[in-house]
Amino acid sequence: MPPDPTASILPDPVVQQTTAAALQRYAGQQGNLLPALHAIQDALGCIPSRAVPLIATALQLSRAEVHGVISFYPHFRQTPAAPVVLHVCRAESCQAMGGEALADHARHTLGCDFHGTTTDGAMTLEPVYCLGLCAQSPAIMLNGRVHARMTPQKLDRLLEATGDGA
Amino acid sequence: MTITQRIYIPRDSAALAVGADDVAQEIARQATLRGIPLAIVRNSSRGLLWLEPLVEVQTPGGRVAYGPVEASEVAGLFDAGWLDGQPHALCHGPTEAIPYLSKQERLTFARAGITDPLSLDDYRATQGYKGLEKALDMTPEAIVAEVTESGLRGRGGAAFPTGVKWKTVLATPADQKYIVCNADEGDSGTFSDRMLMEGDPYALIEGMTIAGLAVQATYGYIYVRAEYPHAIATLQAAADTARKAGWLGADLRGSGRAFDLEIRVGAGAYICGEETSLLESLEGRRGLVRAKPPLPAHKGLFGKPTVINNVISLATVPTILDRGARAYRDFGVGRSTGTLPFQLAGNLKQGGLVEKAFGVTLRELLYDFGGGSASGRPLRAVQVGGPLGAYLPESQWDVPLDYEAYVAISAMIGHGGLVAFDDTVDMSHMAHYAMEFCALESCGKCTPCRVGAVRGTEILDKIRHNEQCDVQVTLLRDLCDTMLAGSLCALGGMTPYPVLSALDHFPEDFGLPATAPVRATPA
Repeated sequence: MPPDPTASILPDPVVQQTTAAALQRYAGQQGNLLPALHAIQDALGCIPSRAVPLIATALQLSRAEVHGVISFYPHFRQTPAAPVVLHVCRAESCQAMGGEALADHARHTLGCDFHGTTTDGAMTLEPVYCLGLCAQSPAIMLNGRVHARMTPQKLDRLLEATGDGA
Repeated sequence: MTITQRIYIPRDSAALAVGADDVAQEIARQATLRGIPLAIVRNSSRGLLWLEPLVEVQTPGGRVAYGPVEASEVAGLFDAGWLDGQPHALCHGPTEAIPYLSKQERLTFARAGITDPLSLDDYRATQGYKGLEKALDMTPEAIVAEVTESGLRGRGGAAFPTGVKWKTVLATPADQKYIVCNADEGDSGTFSDRMLMEGDPYALIEGMTIAGLAVQATYGYIYVRAEYPHAIATLQAAADTARKAGWLGADLRGSGRAFDLEIRVGAGAYICGEETSLLESLEGRRGLVRAKPPLPAHKGLFGKPTVINNVISLATVPTILDRGARAYRDFGVGRSTGTLPFQLAGNLKQGGLVEKAFGVTLRELLYDFGGGSASGRPLRAVQVGGPLGAYLPESQWDVPLDYEAYVAISAMIGHGGLVAFDDTVDMSHMAHYAMEFCALESCGKCTPCRVGAVRGTEILDKIRHNEQCDVQVTLLRDLCDTMLAGSLCALGGMTPYPVLSALDHFPEDFGLPATAPVRATPA
């Protein structure tokens, strides 16, 4: 197994305890792999590769099956995101209202592409395909909070305010 | 005793995303400063989304609407006397009289914006649980017959008759059956599931419970996408409240009948909105599409007979049971009975939710409700039914929105979302995006979708760069035929709709003569 890139930030006992707690919480429930993965990611910010064998053993799955599920779903991360995560919607409705220009502005301002992180490690940029705010496009999500009728100027103000608060 | 005056500020994501919490805080602050006792109710949204945050003031003459309200305008609104319903630049008069709302036929969204979504008392006071009370006195066969009689068809997009699906599950013997709610609303331009879950969660829970009684299923799952955190939290809270009040659990209100449910969260995969992929995901696997047969109705979740329905289908069932199938059938046209919550999105001045009987036209929705483009430029194309729906040119905007009429023009109503584009849109870019999206979201199980979508983006790149345009267009049509006929599910099978409709109706955007003949409608 390749070395876990999260080894330096997430100590073994933390990963083990979090994984055990997540598995315990959903023990015995049918189809409990996704809920357990959500619980681990919610606690650690990602699902470290060190958790995979623990999950596989507990749920009587192969490591490949567990890894296959983690890598199938875009929501699951194998390394943590930056403290601030900006999701910019790239779907049709937002495109109809200048969403592509907003996406370009976000890329330019952050100096990184989608799925990337700023050089100072402060912010991760992710695409999202619909936040269900299509009547008020374009929309973004900043650290889990949704904002609609977005413009490049409003985005700058939001990012500035977030930077101050961090 | 005087009753504290009520003021309503929505807690729907659409309102929160434009500052509703700040407005609510400022109203509370101003009321305290001015020594005015006010009861701030966080209601759901009326669906007049261009007016959010829409604040409603309770007056003796009914609720008066003000919007869109910014926190900085609150003091001025108090000064203008909004608590007495006084005029102001942001005042729209009595909410119920706003034409956008008064011209609608709200059945599924009857409670939207009126109630506090989590108040079981509000729900009960507005016909809530009346449908389930009736269902508890009916046989499973009678419930299925009522739903069949209503003509309700799957609102997720496939439009399969709900009653027929239920009948199949009822007729399939098993020790355990399931009700699964598909709340993985990933289509751009759609938000009615989100609004329903955030705004009227008990209606969905009631609908699932009725479905459970109808097919003798005792357990259900609501599979909600991770991108909807507010919907997840609201459903969770509503399920807990319903359980405490005996509306979920081993003995529904002392009837001896059982039904319970849990909320499961998706993980960002669009394909999990496809029903068999969703079932795989619920079972804890990669969301790979299953081949049918077996149908989920015979062999669904965990191999058991399963009803899998969209949020709106299930949330409409209580109304059908309460008012009767005939009353529901009175709405709509032909085989498209009842109403559909249309979602007006994209480049429109007045975006929002418009529940209308089938038979309304796109032009009415775009102009009478939507008010034309937001940009002030002419509208050019409208995508109906999400990323897999066709782009319709103006010549097709007078076709009545009914399932069969749309099939006849190679389009689909789908989940009722419409995304409007003005004349700055490049339709070859949108066609390219459709292929790109399919490639990105393909589960990878079948070749036409997995490989076809990638080849499709490459072909469209060449067309856009004017490389052997004629040859590439022929190749693109051939590829679309293969995807249409050979894909395992609607993702690969319907991506050709936006691509070909863009090509057929807007050939000039592909470097082709504007007069290119429109391809004959496939049978």
